[in-house]
Amino acid sequence: FIAFSTNKGILISNVLLCNVTDRVSFWFVVTDSSKNVTTIPGSEVEAAIRLNRNRINSAFLLSDKTLQFLKITSTLSPPVEPSTPVWLIVFGVVLCLIVAGIVFLVVAGIQQRKKNKESTERENLEEKGEVTVTVENGIPCEALDLKAGHINGVFAADDERFTSL
Amino acid sequence: MSKDLSVPPEIPKEDGRPKWDNKFQYILSCIGFAVGLGNVWRFPYLCQIHGGGAFLIPYFIALLFEGIPLLHLELALGQCLRKGSIGAWNTISPYLGGVGVGSWMVSVLVSLYYNTVLTWVMWYFINSFQEPLPWSVCPLNENRTGLNEECYESTAVNYFWYRKTLNITPDVTESGTLQWWLILCLATCWAIVYLCTIRGIETTGKAIYVTAIFPYLVLTVFLIHGLTLPGATDGLAYLFTPNLNTLKNPRVWLDAATQIFFSLSLAFGGLIAFSSYNPPKNDCEKDAVTVAVVNSMTSLYASIPVFSVLGFKATTGYWDCLDRNIISIINEFDLPEESIMRQNYTAWINFLNSSYPEKIAGLKLKSCDFQEFLDQSVSGTGLAFITFTQAIILMPGSQAWAILFFIMLFSLGLSSMFGNIEGVFTPLLELQSISKSIPKELLSGIICLICFLIALCFTLGSGSYWIDIFDSYAGSLPLLVIAFFEVIGVAYVYKIKRFSKDVKWMTGRKPNLYWQITWRFISPLLLLIVFVAFVTLQIQKPPSYTAWNPKYEGFPMKEEKVYPPWVLAICVLLVVLPCVFVPLVALFHLIKRMRRSKDPSLVPPEVFSCQGASSNFSHPKE
Repeated sequence: FIAFSTNKGILISNVLLCNVTDRVSFWFVVTDSSKNVTTIPGSEVEAAIRLNRNRINSAFLLSDKTLQFLKITSTLSPPVEPSTPVWLIVFGVVLCLIVAGIVFLVVAGIQQRKKNKESTERENLEEKGEVTVTVENGIPCEALDLKAGHINGVFAADDERFTSL
Repeated sequence: MSKDLSVPPEIPKEDGRPKWDNKFQYILSCIGFAVGLGNVWRFPYLCQIHGGGAFLIPYFIALLFEGIPLLHLELALGQCLRKGSIGAWNTISPYLGGVGVGSWMVSVLVSLYYNTVLTWVMWYFINSFQEPLPWSVCPLNENRTGLNEECYESTAVNYFWYRKTLNITPDVTESGTLQWWLILCLATCWAIVYLCTIRGIETTGKAIYVTAIFPYLVLTVFLIHGLTLPGATDGLAYLFTPNLNTLKNPRVWLDAATQIFFSLSLAFGGLIAFSSYNPPKNDCEKDAVTVAVVNSMTSLYASIPVFSVLGFKATTGYWDCLDRNIISIINEFDLPEESIMRQNYTAWINFLNSSYPEKIAGLKLKSCDFQEFLDQSVSGTGLAFITFTQAIILMPGSQAWAILFFIMLFSLGLSSMFGNIEGVFTPLLELQSISKSIPKELLSGIICLICFLIALCFTLGSGSYWIDIFDSYAGSLPLLVIAFFEVIGVAYVYKIKRFSKDVKWMTGRKPNLYWQITWRFISPLLLLIVFVAFVTLQIQKPPSYTAWNPKYEGFPMKEEKVYPPWVLAICVLLVVLPCVFVPLVALFHLIKRMRRSKDPSLVPPEVFSCQGASSNFSHPKE
């Protein structure tokens, strides 16, 4: 495979055993037979190995972590990044939910307020009817505040009472 | 229409004052307000550094003599007077009106920075949906030959927190730029707060069911999972082993007192606001004891999963340290794989050290001490965003754990925010001028918007330094001052006899000797001692902070720096601003009284009582 890596016509010959250790490790030297058995400079070998690290690893069924070339650091692959960061998507979802909630509550509040106004008008009118004919004396303070301007609406209010249903 | 005292249930309705849907909502709101982030990341830390189980002794003593009496006082006050903090203190005595304004001011300041902490939680939450988790890997440097340098020298978790989240500047004076991702999260957080507090307790009452109960569920899940992790028992043993010698150190007692005080969220005005929506005849004594006990129990309950996880992290850290050393040794001596395992590591090291000491020394092995890993105590944001996230990476299924953890933190903080916002909202609602012209929804919207705009300062590069400043100065000393005046005001201005009568009217029984003694003597004395001790400790050394500076020689250790004078001035301002209202308002009324000495309306309201409050429609005018 070193031959394929360097694209030259090189034969692999003698394997010399030396410095036997307990671990599986070896030194190797690449010679160029076409140039009268000179060793190929280390930098070229290093570059070749760097290029074909994958193939060398798979030949041994190992990986970058289990087959280490001293002094050759592997080019790290960057972590996969999706085009839109995931957090932006999640953020968008959360924000939409919240805005929907706020809009719903505000609108419900406005509607509730309208309904409250009508029902308190109705309540106060019923109260007035129960107390006495002379309504002006017994008008409670809240009614006065809410119905500012509608004090003498007793007769017109009769219609209101029915239509508001 | 005569106000009959025998028909109290109808009175709140005609009062026009909103009320809780049921008692459980009220209790849950108080518990949610009290139980916050501090229960998870401050109490376990204090237990750890102050001798484990021994810390519980000063803690419970402080709870008994400071926490519960003050809590009962505030709840009874709000329930009796049925007004927020400003109105309540004005009613007790116009001279004490400043106490209410001070509470309000503190609630405003705390709301500002507390939500920014929630912003950070939210940022981590929305980043937890990725595989792998972004804080588990270091990004590559420019030419893709290695890891980013800042990340490599510290850890990936540190890098994600300081660079990717805060984008922190090396100094508090360098403001840096606004971080747009934090602004988005801040806007979201304030939108959530607005959504939940839009109509005051009508909406928070519904939201509290989720935000107050959910954290307990998650804590239980973490408890069960944490106890199954390796090293959990070591962490727990380390946490709870009592070391009674630490009790000799007065610092421990001070920390216990301050922890109880700040944990129960006293003197914010939020508790007064919550109880003011109660029907007048409600057993506030039982409520106070319940809330205080639940708060303390939650602190204890939360410390168990926290310390199981920390024990697990220490164990894995220790194993990693051993493994790294083993690899270096194996490489150096060309030994076969698996010849040195963790178990026989010490035997091997001793053997090799005696046979080849120079080689071993040349390897520069790090000494792996398990105790040292356990001793790395962290509290506050460091615990949540650095230590815990690191532990989560090591668990299988980390995304799920991260999501759960951050939702739990968010709920804890949110329920405390409700109390803070209520403390701001309720007194404003009671100002006649505002409540007539603006609907509730608009008022809460304005409050949230103004707070959001001011809190943008915390999204600057130096934001986290400022949050530390706010937390240490605005959220500590003024509260002690205000609480002291609260107790003195009720005990000696309003008079305990009258207060006891009011409490008897509300709960049906006279407060017993325990309450009398604590309200009159013990609690004020304790508060005074804590205040003096606190101030003494603060002024002993110039206030400093630790900065994250990649260019520092000791990096990744943080650089210790001193605050410049203008920052110190702001710190002093933060402390003084809420407290200054107490004497200012008193002085204002004194001057007013001296000018119109014939005016009887400025005499302390002898005629006022709880029975009177419930039958009184008109708010006493100034």
